[in-house]
Amino acid sequence: MTDARNGSNKTLSYVLLVVLGFAMVYPLIWLVVSSLKTNADIFGSSSLFAGSYVTDSYAKGWAGTGQYGFKDFYLNTFVLVVPTVIFTIVSSVVVAYGFARFRFPLQTILFSLMMATLMLPDSTIMIPRYILFNKMGWLDTYLPFIVPAAFATSAFFVYMLIQFFRGLPRELDESAKIDGCNSFTILIRILLPLCKPAIFSVGIFQFIWTWNDFFNSIIYISSVKKFTVSLGLRMTLDASSAVSWNQVLAMSVVSIVPCIILFFMAQKYFVEGISTTGLKG
Amino acid sequence: MSLKKRNYQYVGLLYVLPWVVGLLVFQFYPFLSSFYYSFTDFNMVSAPTFVGLDNYKKILTDDPGFLQALKVTTIYVLMAVPVKLAFALFIALILSAKLRGINFFRTMYYLPSILGGSVAISVLWRFLFMKDGVVNGMTGALGLPAVDWLGDPDIALYTLGMLSVWQFGSSMVLFLAGLKQIPGDLYEAGAIDGASKTRLFFTITVPLLTPIVLFNLIMQMVNAFQEFTGAFVITNGGPMKSTYLYALKLYEEAFTFFKMGYASALSWVLFVIIMIVTAVIFKSSTYWVHYEDGGKGK
Repeated sequence: MTDARNGSNKTLSYVLLVVLGFAMVYPLIWLVVSSLKTNADIFGSSSLFAGSYVTDSYAKGWAGTGQYGFKDFYLNTFVLVVPTVIFTIVSSVVVAYGFARFRFPLQTILFSLMMATLMLPDSTIMIPRYILFNKMGWLDTYLPFIVPAAFATSAFFVYMLIQFFRGLPRELDESAKIDGCNSFTILIRILLPLCKPAIFSVGIFQFIWTWNDFFNSIIYISSVKKFTVSLGLRMTLDASSAVSWNQVLAMSVVSIVPCIILFFMAQKYFVEGISTTGLKG
Repeated sequence: MSLKKRNYQYVGLLYVLPWVVGLLVFQFYPFLSSFYYSFTDFNMVSAPTFVGLDNYKKILTDDPGFLQALKVTTIYVLMAVPVKLAFALFIALILSAKLRGINFFRTMYYLPSILGGSVAISVLWRFLFMKDGVVNGMTGALGLPAVDWLGDPDIALYTLGMLSVWQFGSSMVLFLAGLKQIPGDLYEAGAIDGASKTRLFFTITVPLLTPIVLFNLIMQMVNAFQEFTGAFVITNGGPMKSTYLYALKLYEEAFTFFKMGYASALSWVLFVIIMIVTAVIFKSSTYWVHYEDGGKGK
């Protein structure tokens, strides 16, 4: 009796999961398929598939219509994202190491301050930051993204790494000290190799967030030459008034491909990272 | 205190120094100076002039855009956050039953929250919910009347809310982690005592998940108050300002009109609102959040 009910409960759960999961992913499937449709087929039909397919939407969209195309936007985005990710990792690891392994004056206060910045709404500090970067002559460059990253300003990542460091046994540090390591070589030689999963998590999250960022990009970057993928995509959307919808969709696909690849390659780190810290929504 | 002092390892300060500098320059200084700017008239060309409480006075008494933005944002937060969390919890509960292929489903549900903030997804939303778009195509096939998802001022905000709900994956992962931490012997003990499954759910699962509900609630609320990309790319605040979220108002004042003083005051009003809501949630949490150490007594 109970077995039968459990069985039917399970079936019900599966049906629900599959139906809902399909509804969740369907928009993405539609995006990919429709990017290969003709403009006429994109609208007015509820069917996912069309009679005929085109592939030139990708080539045309990639080339763009103006002086700068998605090749430039792509390259720009990498130029912005890669240093930001690297600096975030380096600075966050160093700072997290300091918090996790040493006792120093004001530590509790500083730690609480860091946790407080997690809750600090970006909108509150956005305007003075803009004014500050303007004074420094950093507008229309990628420095407003890269430089703060070098100072571990993302409390989320620092906290995630602190939690990870705390999980590593202190005996490791102590035996390395006996072997003649100083605090820095302990970090580099002993702890860093063990931190790889956490470092991957930080890198992947920061890559995807920076890659997808729109608000900061639109504030700080003004010349088309320096546009990132998000800015380029919005420009394409505004420019192509009812002409080349499939190109807009094709470039939408192209713009999320790096994130999707990274997500599937490093899925494990993602879910682990987010659940070990118990942070971030 | 003096006993502890001897054990200080000052090298630790050296390691956290980059963060301290970053905090002062990129967070603390902007935080204080935005408070200062909020009492000035500043257009970035001439020096800021002190105007006292004028900006705040104008916001509260003479700015229909502010009232509209506040109204829209309040509705958005009240709608998107609870629905999103309910979804996240519901799916997490189903997934936490020992089913096969959980990892596959978890991935599928998590994917949208990775991509959700991107312009590409906003573009996608715009296409899906156009008047002759897919969604109407599907509901039409079922015999339902076409809905102007993005063009009807009564509906557009909810269409944007759906985009937020679609990204419930990250909250779900946190719930899943929380569910995993509930010790199985609690359920066994309960079952031996003859408690029904429903009873176990309400006496064990729900109370032990409340801290995660609290955390998710606050993080999602803070984010929802500042939502920008969707409303900007999909509807640009329209139609008839029905999706004019607070972040759009802020963006407009600061980066279209370059009224930096006024925008700073707006950002402080938002800050205070977020802090008050956070405080109220925290205060209320003593009534509904269950803390394990309170029970254990250790």
